[in-house]
Amino acid sequence: MGCGTSTTATKDKKSEKALKAALVIQNWYRGYSARLKTRQRYALTIFQSIEYADEQGQLQLSNFFSFMLENYAHVHEKDPELVNRFFGSSTQDSKDRQDYLGLIDVPDSYCGPRLQFPLTFTDIDVLIEAFKQQQILHAYYVLEVLFETRKVLKQMPNFTHTKTSPSKEITICGDLHGKLDDLFLIFYKNGLPSVSNPYVFNGDFVDRGRNSMEVLMILLVSFLVYPNDLHLNRGNHEDFMMNMRYGFTKEILHKYKLHGKKILQILEDVYTWLPIGTIIDNEILVIHGGISESTDLNLLHRIERNKMKSVLMSPIPIDGDRATEKKNKAGKAIAAWGMKTDGPFSEQLTKHEWEQVINILWSDPRGKRGCYPNTSRGGGCYFGPDITSKILNKYQLKMLVRSHECKPEGYEICHDGKVITVFSASNYYEEGSNRGAYIRMSSGTTPRFFQYQITKATCLRPLYQRVNAIESSAIRMLKERMISRKTDLIRAFQLQDRNKSGKLSMGQWAFSMENVLGLNLPWRSLSSHLVATDKDGNTDYMSSFQDIHIQKPVKEVQSTLIETVYRYRSDLQIIFNVIDSDHSGLISMEEFRSMWKLFKSHYSVRIDDSQFDELAERMDSNKDGSIDFNEFLKAFYVVHKFDKLSKSDTKLA
Amino acid sequence: MADERDRESTEIAVAELHKKIKEAFEVFDQESNNTVDVREIGTIIRSLGCCPSEGELHDLIAEVEEEEPTGYIRYEKFLPVMTEVLLERRYRPIPEDILLRAFEVLDPAKRGFLSKEELIKYMTEEGEPFSQEEMEEMLSAAIDPESNTIHYKDYIAMMVIDEN
Repeated sequence: MGCGTSTTATKDKKSEKALKAALVIQNWYRGYSARLKTRQRYALTIFQSIEYADEQGQLQLSNFFSFMLENYAHVHEKDPELVNRFFGSSTQDSKDRQDYLGLIDVPDSYCGPRLQFPLTFTDIDVLIEAFKQQQILHAYYVLEVLFETRKVLKQMPNFTHTKTSPSKEITICGDLHGKLDDLFLIFYKNGLPSVSNPYVFNGDFVDRGRNSMEVLMILLVSFLVYPNDLHLNRGNHEDFMMNMRYGFTKEILHKYKLHGKKILQILEDVYTWLPIGTIIDNEILVIHGGISESTDLNLLHRIERNKMKSVLMSPIPIDGDRATEKKNKAGKAIAAWGMKTDGPFSEQLTKHEWEQVINILWSDPRGKRGCYPNTSRGGGCYFGPDITSKILNKYQLKMLVRSHECKPEGYEICHDGKVITVFSASNYYEEGSNRGAYIRMSSGTTPRFFQYQITKATCLRPLYQRVNAIESSAIRMLKERMISRKTDLIRAFQLQDRNKSGKLSMGQWAFSMENVLGLNLPWRSLSSHLVATDKDGNTDYMSSFQDIHIQKPVKEVQSTLIETVYRYRSDLQIIFNVIDSDHSGLISMEEFRSMWKLFKSHYSVRIDDSQFDELAERMDSNKDGSIDFNEFLKAFYVVHKFDKLSKSDTKLA
Repeated sequence: MADERDRESTEIAVAELHKKIKEAFEVFDQESNNTVDVREIGTIIRSLGCCPSEGELHDLIAEVEEEEPTGYIRYEKFLPVMTEVLLERRYRPIPEDILLRAFEVLDPAKRGFLSKEELIKYMTEEGEPFSQEEMEEMLSAAIDPESNTIHYKDYIAMMVIDEN
């Protein structure tokens, strides 16, 4: 008892020390953890900015096509196919189906899944099991499914109206983007679609992921089995031009070497018949992108939705639509093609109708009131909470459910609870980038959210490793952007560097980066990854380009040309794909040259023609007057000096 | 003359700070309307290199909140407060050696490691206790799954490399 006081004193001192120590560790850990989360956010911001900038590039490309058609008449006298790709009406009908399918034989040796028409729920199971074992569905069945889907969709209105009840909830899923594992997970957690388990899939089933075809087939087969309970909405990626850039076209041509072209052809058409949206209980509007202040649901219910071939091909202006000059140019082009003016052009939507659909498929909600052009993506608009209220009230709706934007938690609620974003592709940008989610709801109850994240390993890697992975991936992408604009960047830097010191202040560096690259990113925070800075905080701007360069396919060609081709490689690939109507992978030297000239003038690219000719000559390795453009474009890749891999990982879509 | 130059350079320095703060804020400003959820303020402040304790953080939040708390913090209120914090170099991060000594205090027997139970006990019962999520997160990176112990020296070294 006597020594009680002194032991308590030591005990107190000890515990005080322990307390202080614990505080130190906790304080440090919280700081570290916050910085990890911020790095993750930055990486996502980078991925997203680049993705949207690419979408802008896509819209610029569509303008180029319009420009091309107006100015490139004479080549297309010889190639009416090309014109049809832009204006052609779908002349396919049931006869076409019989003819084509009759020609395809499914050999006995084929051990992939076989479907039985009319389809039943057994076929859904058959497909799922087969795809789990990485089997590929034979082109014959793919085509049968597509033909049948088109037939059924044709009879459906632009908006699907459906009802729920307390005993029949509906599940809404967002973008899947070819992520088959996410679809499997949703069906596993939430059950397969059926009459008592209805689903809405809100667009963007394809592109980017590796299994777009499998995802699409499961969804379409499920739709054919339960046409009144599995609802599909069109997304901005249900579009043949987007598929060319973002990977689905490539996937199809790779998996279906023989019949890929036919599949692409029918698919283009099936897309145009997908409904624009779903309305649940007359209260909830489910559409892929968003709305604008002029969204007219009545008009959208009435338009002929199948005329929207690609949301990226704006209607060519004809009588009454635009300025006379454009009209005359178009008129001349049309005359040169020997086509009647009223023929294919009646196959278009009006400009107003077209814009209505674009807004539905491309818009994003934002906190700022009002409606503004969506400058990140280049199409659709940003709409504020006031716009949401206005449109919802106008049509007596309560809520808008949309997708289109990747969210870290898989879903997000904004505009006072009136707008929900749901995104179902987890790890969309990179492993660990985000969770996926789906919503279950029925009339009168609050929506319930379910989140998930696919992991390759059986247990999640620690956070810092995952963050490191997505951070490196994002920085790598950003660096490749930088190198593709090297000349412009250096010019901008040098303009500010009056005394030619090779250094710029952080502010000056950030300013040029943002201006030239057109990406709204936290440059100061990212600078440590991108450029060397001295102890005064000034940047050594040339240091960014030291550890990375574009491989020169031909030594004698100027860097600026290499850079330009590298920068526009996705666009060029799409242009070539479109010109190459017979999908042979080859185009003639003459076409190549003419295309380049047009491209140059439209994109205001300053490259000497002779340089380009030189390059083209050398790329025609067997001197037969034709160029394998895939080989041509593959030759331009970025080399990261301090990398284990010698070629860039970022794939050509 | 020197005064003027000083003032100018401070102005530039402050302008740069403002840009830095704006960048950090905007990354969390989901709807682009110059507000962030109050629950993200701690992350933003820490991302700018400061290490306030939870108590200090609460005080800071009180300074930037609206008169009637809305759950959101506006940029206009955040900027001046954060600028002061950075200019005064408040809440400096903990140096590596102090951190190491803190672990050593908890390991009086000088084994070079802490058991999982010990770490959990200290982190969730002492000081400004961790939430379960924070505890799990720290363990996932720090723990050696075979021995169920945390070799703190290695752990610290790993985290320091990661940050640089």
